[in-house]
Amino acid sequence: MKPFRYHRPADVADAVAVLAAEPQAAYLAGGTNLVDLMKLGVQRPDVLVDVNRLPLDTVEELPDGGLRIGATVRNSHLAAHPTVRRDYPVLTRALLAAASGQLRNMATTGGNLLQRTRCPYFQDTSKACNKRDPGSGCAALHGVNRDLAVLDWSEQCVATNPSDMAVALAVLDAVVEVHDTDGVRDVPLADLYRSPGAHPERETTLARGALITAVRLPALPAARRSTYLKARDRASFAFAAGSVAAVLDLDGDVIRDVRLAYGALAHRPWRAYRAEQELRGHPFSPELVARAADAELAEARPLSENGFKLPLTRSITVRVLSGLAGRAQS
Amino acid sequence: MSAGAIGQAHPRLEGREKVTGTARYAMEYPVDGVTYGWVVPAAVVRGRITHIDTTEALASPGVLAVVHHGNAPRLATTPGPNLWLLQDPAVHYRGQYVAVVVATTLEAAREGAQLVRIEYDAGPHTTVLTDDHPGLYKPDHVNPAYPTDTAEGDFDAGYAAAQVRVDATYRTPAYHNNPMEPHATTAQWTDGRLLVHDSNQGATSVRATLAELFDVPRESVRVIAEHVGGGFGSKGYAKPAVVLAALAARHVDRPVKLALTRQQIFGPIGYRTPTIQRVRLAADTDGRLTAISHDSISQTSQILEYTESVAVYTRSMYAAPHRRTTHRVTRLDVPTPFWMRAPGECPGAYALESAMDELAVATGIDPVELRIRNDTEIDPDQGAPFTSRNLVACLREGAQRFGWADRNPTPRSRREGRFLIGSGVAGSAYPSQSVPASARITARPDGGFLVQINATDIGTGARTALWLVAADALQVPPERIEIRIGDSELPAAPVAGASMGTSSWSWAVIRAGEALRGKLRDGVPPDAEVSAEVDTSAELNAQARKPKFTYGAQFVEVRVDTTTGEIRLNRMLGVFTAGRIVNPTTARSQLIGGMTMGVSMALHEGGLFDERYGDWVNHDLGTYHITACADVESIEAYWLDERDDELNAAGVKGIGEVGIVGAAAAVANAVYHATGVRIRDLPIQLDKLIGTSALA
Ligand SMILES: Cc1cc2nc3c(=O)[nH]c(=O)nc-3n(C[C@H](O)[C@H](O)[C@H](O)COP(=O)(O)OP(=O)(O)OC[C@H]3O[C@@H](n4cnc5c(N)ncnc54)[C@H](O)[C@@H]3O)c2cc1C
Ligand code: SF4
Repeated sequence: MKPFRYHRPADVADAVAVLAAEPQAAYLAGGTNLVDLMKLGVQRPDVLVDVNRLPLDTVEELPDGGLRIGATVRNSHLAAHPTVRRDYPVLTRALLAAASGQLRNMATTGGNLLQRTRCPYFQDTSKACNKRDPGSGCAALHGVNRDLAVLDWSEQCVATNPSDMAVALAVLDAVVEVHDTDGVRDVPLADLYRSPGAHPERETTLARGALITAVRLPALPAARRSTYLKARDRASFAFAAGSVAAVLDLDGDVIRDVRLAYGALAHRPWRAYRAEQELRGHPFSPELVARAADAELAEARPLSENGFKLPLTRSITVRVLSGLAGRAQS
Repeated sequence: MSAGAIGQAHPRLEGREKVTGTARYAMEYPVDGVTYGWVVPAAVVRGRITHIDTTEALASPGVLAVVHHGNAPRLATTPGPNLWLLQDPAVHYRGQYVAVVVATTLEAAREGAQLVRIEYDAGPHTTVLTDDHPGLYKPDHVNPAYPTDTAEGDFDAGYAAAQVRVDATYRTPAYHNNPMEPHATTAQWTDGRLLVHDSNQGATSVRATLAELFDVPRESVRVIAEHVGGGFGSKGYAKPAVVLAALAARHVDRPVKLALTRQQIFGPIGYRTPTIQRVRLAADTDGRLTAISHDSISQTSQILEYTESVAVYTRSMYAAPHRRTTHRVTRLDVPTPFWMRAPGECPGAYALESAMDELAVATGIDPVELRIRNDTEIDPDQGAPFTSRNLVACLREGAQRFGWADRNPTPRSRREGRFLIGSGVAGSAYPSQSVPASARITARPDGGFLVQINATDIGTGARTALWLVAADALQVPPERIEIRIGDSELPAAPVAGASMGTSSWSWAVIRAGEALRGKLRDGVPPDAEVSAEVDTSAELNAQARKPKFTYGAQFVEVRVDTTTGEIRLNRMLGVFTAGRIVNPTTARSQLIGGMTMGVSMALHEGGLFDERYGDWVNHDLGTYHITACADVESIEAYWLDERDDELNAAGVKGIGEVGIVGAAAAVANAVYHATGVRIRDLPIQLDKLIGTSALA
C-alpha cells in the first residue's frame, strides 16, 4: 500500500483547506470503500483527511418539515431514525437493502453518495479501465458486463452507480450541501452525478476537494407512501441487479403524483421523469405502469450480457407501484 | 471398545480460543525480526519474462528484496511444476506468482509489489473450454487414479433400443475454493533447519514436499498447522504460499510471513475446473434403467495434467446393463485445477441427479421412487456387494420428514402470491476410504493420557472427534485426555481430505489405545510414563478392497419470485448414512456446510471468465457470490443409525464431502418443478429466468 499521511481536521474549513492544498488528498469517512480501493492500488492518496470527528453526525428536523442529514451520519443510524422511517420509508428501505449490518454501521451518508462503481475491471489494476486510468480503454464494454449499464453509457464507460441510498434520495429530490474553498453551496442530487461521456473518471459535478457536509430532504408528505425494491442475486450482501425507488400519491384511482428512480441501470441513479410523466394524471393500472416503464427504457441499449435488466425493470416497477396503490400483485 | 464418548454431542475443544481470538493461525505466531512477503502476479497469460526492473521497488521504504527467477534459491523439480516457483522466466497462466517482495512491514511489501516493473514477451493464448476444443484428449487416468473410461454391455445398442430416453448436457463454471483463512505461512530458517507455521490440510505431506524442494532431510523441516481456517481441498498438499515463504526466508535470511490475499487465490492455488457433461439415460416405462452414459469434458493447465473425476460417481450410483463413462480433458493456458470439496462427485452428481429428474419427468415416475427402483446392492463398477448401502432408507426417511408425499408432481402447479414453489430431490454418495496413519498414546502417572497424531483440524472438529475416540479406546472419561495434532513432529498421519481423515486417524488412535492398555495394569496409572505407538499400514494393506460409500438423500423447496426471477430456499433437508457418527454437533455442521455449498453452486457461485485477459474477473467475495445465511431459511441434516463392521476400527464413514454431492441437483430440480423450465448451466440466476416463459 502506498504510504499516506493522516490528518484529523479541526473543523470543516481546515478539512477543505487541506484538500485544496494537497493534490492527492482524500476524505476518509467510514472507509468501507476507500480503504478497499487503496489496498487494491486503485486509489493512491498521499493524505487522508478524516472527517469522522467533524460535527456532521446529526439528523435535524427542519422548520419546513424537511430533514437535514449530516454527512457522517452512519447508514444504520439513518435507516433507524424514527422520522426517516415514518416520513421517508423509501430511504430506510434502500439503506437496509444495502451491504451488511457491519458495513452499514461504518458507512456514512457522504461516503455512500461518493462510493465508486463496482465494475470488476475498475477494481483490478491489471486490466483496462478508463475510469481508473483514462485512455486505457473500457474492458467491460465487450467483457463481463452483466451488472453494468443499459442507459446513458458511452463507449468509454458502461459502469453503473452502485448506491442504493442514492436511488432513494433521487425520488426525494434531495439536496446535497457542499463546502469548498469558495464556501457553501447546494447541489440538487439530480445534478450531482455526471454521465460517463468521454470522461468517466469525472463522476460528479463537485469541484476537487469539495466536502459534502449534509444532505437535505425537502418536506414531501407523499413520501409517507414510498418504498424501495431491490432485486439481487442473493438474499443479502449483494448489489442490485435491478432496483426501484417509488413515491405514489393517488387521488382515488388517479395518480396525482408519482416519483420513480432506478438503480443498476446507469452511471447515476436514474430518475424516471419520462415514466412519471406518462403516469401523472391517469387512472392507475398495472398495464399503464408497464407502458410507462417501457417508455422510460425506450432508449436503453443493453450490453452483451445485461438485456435482462429491461424486463426486470418493467416487472419491478409494476410490482412496486401496484403495492403502493394497495393492489398486491397476484 | 466401550461405547461412551463416541456419539455424545460435544462442542469443539478449541471453541473458546477460536471465538476469543486466542487460537493462533499461521500468520499469527510472533517471531522476532520477522519480515513480510507479498507476491507479484504475472500480468500476461503465456510467455516469458524478458526483464524485471526492481529499482523502484527496492528504493521504496522498508523493502528488503525482490525475489524472482533471476535470484531465487534453487528448488528441486520433482515436486512438480506447480511448486517449481520463481525458477525460470516462463509464464504459463495469468496470475502466476512471478516474484515476491520482502519488506519490514506488510504494507511496505504490498507497495513494493506495485512497483516491480516486469516486461514480458507474450504469445497468443487459449483459455476457454469448449466441447469441440481441438486439444481434447483422453488422459491416462483421472484424479486420483481412476480409469479414464469404463464400459459394460453395449451402451449404444441399449440406448437405441430403449422405450424412454434422456439426453442432456450440463455445464458448470469454474468454482474457487475460498476458505476463510487464505493460504498463509510463517517461515523461518535456523542453521539449515526450516520451521513453518502453515495453513494446510496435512503437515506430514507438506513437510515431505518442502524437504524435497529444498533438498534437506525431512528431520530438518517442521510444519505446524495447529489451527486451520478451512481448505476445502485447496490446501491438500504443499501450495505456493509455503514454498514462496520458505524461499523468501532463505533469500533474505530472516523469517518471512506471507499470506495470499483473497484476490490472489482465484486461480493459482487451484480451483474446480469448468465442466461440460453429457448424460444419457435409457429406461423402460417402469423407470428401470437399461443404459447409462456420462461423458465429461474438463480442463487442465499446460504444466500439469489434473483430470477431475467427474463421471466416476455415475459408475457406482445406479445400476443398468449397458453403461459407459468417459473423460476428456484439454490443456489450456490456465492455472492447474485441483481438489475442491468432493472433487469429481460434486459436479458429476449434479449432472447425473439432474438427468435422473429428467427421466422421472419422461417416465412419469416420482423421482424418489425412480431412485429406489434403480437401487443396487452390488456396486456396478467393482461387481462386488457394497459393505453397506442405505440410500433407499435415506430417500424414504427424507421423503417422510420432508412431506414429499403431498407434492403435486406437475411442474408449475404451486403458486403462492407472486411465488412459484417447487421441490426437488437428489441422491448423494461419496466413497468411504481409509489410508494408513500412526499415533502415539502416553499414559501419565497422574492418571492422564496424551494422544499424539499429526491429524489436522481444518475447522471440522477433527481434534474433538479424535479426543472422543481416544476416550473410548482407553476406556476413560475424555477429560483425562490431552490431544495434540497439527505438527509434523507428531506421528505421521494423512491429509484432512477426501472424507478419510477421521476414519484413518481414529483407526490409529484406537489401535494405539489398545496397545497401551496391554501395557498397563487395568485402570492403574503407571509409576512413570508409558507409551504405545502404532502404524496401521499393515492392517490396512491386509484389508480386502470393497466398495464402501456414505449415502444421502437431499430434499429442497424453493420459491421463485415471478416478478424478479429471484430464487430462495424455503427449506432444505438431508438424510445421510455414514456409519457411526462420532460427534453429532460437528457432524451436523459438516453436513449442512456441504449442503449449503451445494446451494451456492446451484444458485450463486461461478468464476466469470474474460477470454481476452485469460483470467477471471471476479476476484473477491463481493463479486464471487457464495450463499448467504439469508438465502437458506431452514436447513436440516439427519442421519440414520448404521453399523458396518467392514469399514475401519471406529466403524465410521466420511462426512466431509457427501453434503455437497447432489445438493446442487436437488436445487436445480426444485427450480424446474417450480417453473417448468430446466436450466442446465449453473448457476441458476435471475437473468436466466426473467423475461422467459419460466416466470410468465
Ligand atoms: C462487500 C460490500 C458490499 C456492499 N454492498 C452495498 C450495497 O448492496 N448497496 C450499496 O449501496 N452499497 C453497498 N456497499 C457500499 C457501501 O455502501 C459503501 O462502501 C459506503 O456507503 C461508503 O461509505 P463510507 O463512509 O465508508 O465511505 P468511504 O469509503 O470513507 O469513502 C467513499 C468515498 O467518498 C469520499 N467521501 C467520504 N465522505 C465524504 C464527504 N463527506 N465529502 C466528500 N467526499 C467524501 C471518500 O473520499 C471516498 O472517495 C457495499 C460495500 C461492500 C464493501
Ligand atoms: S465500465 Fe467504466 S469502470 Fe468499467 S471498465 Fe469500463 S471504464 Fe472502467
